[in-house]
Amino acid sequence: MSLDLRIPLGLLFSIVGVLLSIYGLVTRGSEIYARSAGLDINLIWGIVMLGFGLTMFLLGRYSDKHAKPQPPGEGEPRPLGHNH
Amino acid sequence: MQPCTVTCDIAIQVSRRGRPGVNLTTIDWLIMLLYFAFVLGIGFALKRFMKTSKDYLQAGRSLPAWICGLAFISANLGAQEVIGMGASGAKYGIVTSHFYWIGAIPAMIFVGVFMMPFYYGSKARSVPEFLRLRFDEKTRAWNACSFALMTVFSSGISMYAMARLIQTLHVFDKLFLRLGLPVDWIFHFAIILSAVIVLCYIFLGGLTSAIYNEVLQFFLIVAGFLPLVWVGLKNVGGWDGLKAALPVAYMHSWKGMGSAQTNPLGVDWFALVAGLGFVLSFGYWCTDFLVIQTAMAANSEESARRVPLIAAIPKMFFPFLVILPGLIAIGTPMVTQHVMNHDAAAGVTASNAENLSAGRGLIPAKVDPVTGKVMLDTHGQPVLDYDLAIPNMLLHYFPTGILGLGLTALLASFMSGMAGNVTAFNTVWTFDIYQSYIHKGASDAHYLKMGRWTTVVGILISMGTAYVVLGFNNIMDTLQLVFSIVNAPLFATFLLGMFWKRSTGHAAFIGLASGTVGALLHHGLTIGAGDHPGIHGGWLHVIHTYPSDMALNFWQAIFAFTINFTLTVLISLVTKPRPEKELVGLVYSLTPKPVEHHMAWYARPSNIAIGLIILLVGLNFIFR
Repeated sequence: MSLDLRIPLGLLFSIVGVLLSIYGLVTRGSEIYARSAGLDINLIWGIVMLGFGLTMFLLGRYSDKHAKPQPPGEGEPRPLGHNH
Repeated sequence: MQPCTVTCDIAIQVSRRGRPGVNLTTIDWLIMLLYFAFVLGIGFALKRFMKTSKDYLQAGRSLPAWICGLAFISANLGAQEVIGMGASGAKYGIVTSHFYWIGAIPAMIFVGVFMMPFYYGSKARSVPEFLRLRFDEKTRAWNACSFALMTVFSSGISMYAMARLIQTLHVFDKLFLRLGLPVDWIFHFAIILSAVIVLCYIFLGGLTSAIYNEVLQFFLIVAGFLPLVWVGLKNVGGWDGLKAALPVAYMHSWKGMGSAQTNPLGVDWFALVAGLGFVLSFGYWCTDFLVIQTAMAANSEESARRVPLIAAIPKMFFPFLVILPGLIAIGTPMVTQHVMNHDAAAGVTASNAENLSAGRGLIPAKVDPVTGKVMLDTHGQPVLDYDLAIPNMLLHYFPTGILGLGLTALLASFMSGMAGNVTAFNTVWTFDIYQSYIHKGASDAHYLKMGRWTTVVGILISMGTAYVVLGFNNIMDTLQLVFSIVNAPLFATFLLGMFWKRSTGHAAFIGLASGTVGALLHHGLTIGAGDHPGIHGGWLHVIHTYPSDMALNFWQAIFAFTINFTLTVLISLVTKPRPEKELVGLVYSLTPKPVEHHMAWYARPSNIAIGLIILLVGLNFIFR
């Protein structure tokens, strides 16, 4: 299968991470954090998710670039060599 | 495997408590929409790879072990599991972790080390097909038909539970009010929305799409619940604070297990280990195609063996993610609740205030929908609504922003629970029923088409089931009862099939059928203490009373297994066995053992298994 799951997974987590971090920055010190024991949980968790997302995304991209060429599947013609 | 019962009185009761439901803002909606966009995007991206029925129904047998491993536990991690485990944690405490440590890990190790070479190596495309290869057509037909029916019904139950929860938490209320739509339509909207999304991504990308989305859901659940546990623990004063806030019995998993009378589950250690740990757990994790299908999608036999072992690592720590919130919900002091919910409390009436104080921690008391009074049990104590433990934790501790993430995680778990059932259904229908009995010898393109359209039919039946459950109160309990009766004897058939070459097809079939009938009779003749004869047992005649429902369930499994095992052995001895050469690759003693010496030490299934057992013993010791 040539879709590396780490790429969409990394993208989703990065985007959600960025959104949460920005929202956390904007609402820093707001009374909504009385719920979460005074922690700006949006900012903290946004950064954690961004870190995880980027790692996954980069790992996915890296292995995509260095992927070994797939061996031909059953029934598919084998690549023919040149007769020089 | 602990079922939850999100019943209609929850909705009434939450609104009576005066809680305004979820207050979602743009950022919460944005996160939810992003998730839906990615789920559908994965389906579209995978569509071009779906060329054969093998690509579509078996993910081309090409996925890496870690993806299949995470999907292996995610397929089981529907929201009924999440909500049910949180509820059970709040009700019983850490003892609930037995459903993971005793009720899952040993079976996952066994299926990975010993059984996977036969499932994967036999080239069977499904678990029922393995039964045909090993035994005969009738054993396969029995398993395929009962399994296919159970999967679509479970998917329907999942759908119903999700729609109910969305209604209960008032997720879409504001949206509907703003659009001028009647709030009564939210249930239908939730059913249709989930059906359309799951249908789209499975129709497009088949099993691969379902597996990819299960992995996505796994990470979302972790991302949504880990901060919940962190914030919750911080609020109650850390681990020590939690310990101080809860009764001593809540913090131990083995204390009082010597007798059914001295522990909250009402079961003794033998019923726990033999019933849950052996029969029920091995019957589920080692034979249920819902989970096995993800391992069979792996790219090699070695990967397939590693799948359940990789899955066992996070599974072992899941109690901290789903059971611990239940404990924290009980341990959260009432004072902070009132401070935090002052907006909600401002509008409560005298009777609501009474309902609030009758609850425990974040768990509200159940309210009689007719009288509006708190429901009391036979001892005059309020009946608590434990199913609200996890949803209330999310509402209580999460501010807007991360609340969107938490709710998305919950929705994701409902959908992937449904999706796993639907893909298992379309594979078993296409290969084991349609191709075997209805239309043999058609082209692969035909079966691919059949697989795709079966997805649509499966989802339609699920929706039908969801509405039937809505209409008849008892139907959910009845279906879950049927599942437990059909599943109880199953493991004996596989165990004898894989590890005793003498066992025969006739014996397997009669054993399986008798085990099922035995389970049914056992249920009709026994009952759990405090229950009325009927859906909970004793509908024929009560000849024995168990200390709890759970004990009845565990002993029923032990009986069904024993009947199946004994009859299969006895009948095998008087029927003609198959020639040994036909059983190579299907029976342990006749199959070359998988070699491991070319793998790195940490990648060898046997080494991973040893590591897992050490961890398991350690965890049980720490939380004894």
